[in-house]
Amino acid sequence: MTSMSRVLNKPVGRALFSLLSIGLLVWIAHWFLGPAVARSVATGGVSVALLVYGLSGLSAAMRRIGNQPGHALYPAVSAINRYWKANQRRLAPWLFLAPGCLMFAVYVIIPIFQSIWISFYDWDGLGEAQWIGTANYAEMASDPNMVTSFRNNILWLVLYMLALPAGLLIAIFLNQTIRGIRLYKSLFFFPFVISQVVVGLIFSWFYAPGFGLLYKVIEGITGQGIAILADPDLVTYGIIAAGLWPQIAYVMILYLTGLNNVAPDQVEAARLDGAKGWRMLWYVILPQLRPATFIAVVVTVIGALRSFDLVSIMTSGGPFGSSRVLSYYMYEQALSEYGYRMGYGAAIAVVLFAIMMVFISGFIWKMWRDETER
Amino acid sequence: MVHSKTGTLAVVAALLIPASAMAQDQRVLKYNADYDPIPLAAMEALIADFEAANPDIDVQLNNFDHEGYKTAIRNFLSADSPDLANWYAGNRMAPFVKAGQFMDVSDVWEANGLSESLASAKASMTIDGKQWGVPYTYYQWGIYYNRDAYKAAGVELPGPEGVNWDQFIQNCEKFKAAGIDCLTTGSKALWPVAGIFDYLSLRTNGYEWHMDLTAGKVEWTDPKVRDVFAQFARLQPYVTANHAAIDWQDAAALMVQGKAANYVMGNFAVGVFREGGMTNDTLGFMVFPEITPGIPRAEDAPTDTIHIPTGAQNVEDAKKFLAFVASPEAQTKWNAAVGQLPTNKNSTVPQDDPFLVAGFEMLSTAHALAQFFDRDAPAEMAKAGMEGFQQFLVQPDQLDNILARLEQVRQQVYK
Repeated sequence: MTSMSRVLNKPVGRALFSLLSIGLLVWIAHWFLGPAVARSVATGGVSVALLVYGLSGLSAAMRRIGNQPGHALYPAVSAINRYWKANQRRLAPWLFLAPGCLMFAVYVIIPIFQSIWISFYDWDGLGEAQWIGTANYAEMASDPNMVTSFRNNILWLVLYMLALPAGLLIAIFLNQTIRGIRLYKSLFFFPFVISQVVVGLIFSWFYAPGFGLLYKVIEGITGQGIAILADPDLVTYGIIAAGLWPQIAYVMILYLTGLNNVAPDQVEAARLDGAKGWRMLWYVILPQLRPATFIAVVVTVIGALRSFDLVSIMTSGGPFGSSRVLSYYMYEQALSEYGYRMGYGAAIAVVLFAIMMVFISGFIWKMWRDETER
Repeated sequence: MVHSKTGTLAVVAALLIPASAMAQDQRVLKYNADYDPIPLAAMEALIADFEAANPDIDVQLNNFDHEGYKTAIRNFLSADSPDLANWYAGNRMAPFVKAGQFMDVSDVWEANGLSESLASAKASMTIDGKQWGVPYTYYQWGIYYNRDAYKAAGVELPGPEGVNWDQFIQNCEKFKAAGIDCLTTGSKALWPVAGIFDYLSLRTNGYEWHMDLTAGKVEWTDPKVRDVFAQFARLQPYVTANHAAIDWQDAAALMVQGKAANYVMGNFAVGVFREGGMTNDTLGFMVFPEITPGIPRAEDAPTDTIHIPTGAQNVEDAKKFLAFVASPEAQTKWNAAVGQLPTNKNSTVPQDDPFLVAGFEMLSTAHALAQFFDRDAPAEMAKAGMEGFQQFLVQPDQLDNILARLEQVRQQVYK
């Protein structure tokens, strides 16, 4: 046995080892991140250690008592043991799910209800909140910024769907066996791998007045450059184009995996029957790609509705708010430099949530139906 | 057992090191700030001076990214309050004062005679008759211009008195003919256009009216607002066309390259102009021209401030630090290092920097000082206003819609 495992085999050794590791972590945190962080690391480390030791101690005690029929707690312990033996298969999945469910409740479910609650208040995030009922929702109806954001969200939804045919086209184009095809596939997949922030920056430079490539090209052709991100009518299209670039790559990869599963015998049979070109694609290939299409639609719809990063990076919602979408408008109202309206921001979030719920419940309903039909 | 003994020793050693670092006799003063590199170095030098004079105090400066700070402050004031925090004067501090998150420091003003030595900034630090922080710097706004661009377009250089407004517009005509933007700005972040509007408003209707406008006492559909926009409309055709797509630094580059002649900016831009290669020979500064004759001259001079949050642990030493930062010596030193103006009137300004000298002269002879549109007006009005100004520069024919929209926001904000 190595000396390390000899230490870890004794309870005292284990305790000292965990104290040592917590001490080391606290020490590192103290020197690199400051005393405040060190304090939280210390509390966190000690509580995790106590939890682990407490649980292992408890289970050891229960095992010991379970072997001593004369012990005072023996009836209770053996009842628990019997219950566990009888229901283990039923309980185990829930126990494994419990940490995930707990996190999901704390970070997703409860905040949703809190947001709905806040949306009925007038609150600057600092002082006292004041109950105003549905006034935030009433204000939304006459807010021109809300109209702009909503219209842009619809534009995003509709135009983002272009990722499907474009992705399919590229996938079919790349679905062949020639030398170096893996390299070409990864090059086409590349835009999806880089961060949205980088995509936003690249396209901002592409559009930039004065030195941007697109600006220069338009200037060369027409004699007058167009600064797309400064033009209230074009700006949203400019951002959507930037968003499509990685989205097409994503859809392409979904279709490429789908094309791998297309049954060659059906293609063969169709070919014998004289099908080719569009008819082959429409009647033979596409029906087999239905699962891929479904996932592609889901990720594209959700991607369009949560478009935030590109708007934030490329225009901050400008010029004069013409490229706002609901998620960005919510951020502006509640959290940005000039946003002190938590209640109104929460109300926008609730509206966005309601729109998303329409799509999400549709998808879930379809998946449910497909699973139960089988 | 030998192993567990060495283990014990290591644990004890590891636990003792941070403990010993914490267990000094100094009182800790936590200071959250948002300095860029040059101001940060200057503030670190000031803190070193303060600690040398008060060896029993340890100032721990926690510096944030400038933009991130503006949202972070709302969290740390309630969650993990420092003893000192940077912020801004005027209406910008009102939400925190009204929520009871900044401490009343009128006693610091009283004890150190600041009402007299910081007289110019007192009004902007006062809410409900009390002072809520201490100013340590401000800077002038005005028109910076490229002398070479003036020569290239064959326009006569402004004299020491600047030019008058009609002359300025006529010059713009000549710049346009020469293919040079008469006035540049980069309004992607919105606030640079507010500087132009502030000056047009201050010069057209005067300081008192402008303050009434930002305080919500004037309707945005008022004819006097239209007077301001009428002057804005004269300027509009000569402003850099794609300003909405570029940042203020990009516009500064246009001026450095001689593609633009004038820039309504704050004095902090001088550093950027100099980095771009401009010198005191090519870079000029003038006071924004008079528009309505006889109106007392008021200027934009945004003030940066330090406050004590209500949740501060060490109020005693925080007040000591405020008094130190308000002193003429500290302000002279910090502002000389950063290239801005001290708010203490007993401080001095380095005489070899023509822009600081001109700014000091301009501000000390001004009738009154405004903070800046986004600090004088409440946050929501400021945001809507600046969007309106930007839209007017792009779509001047939308004026009626813009003003109707701003009036709608005004009625909502100042309930």
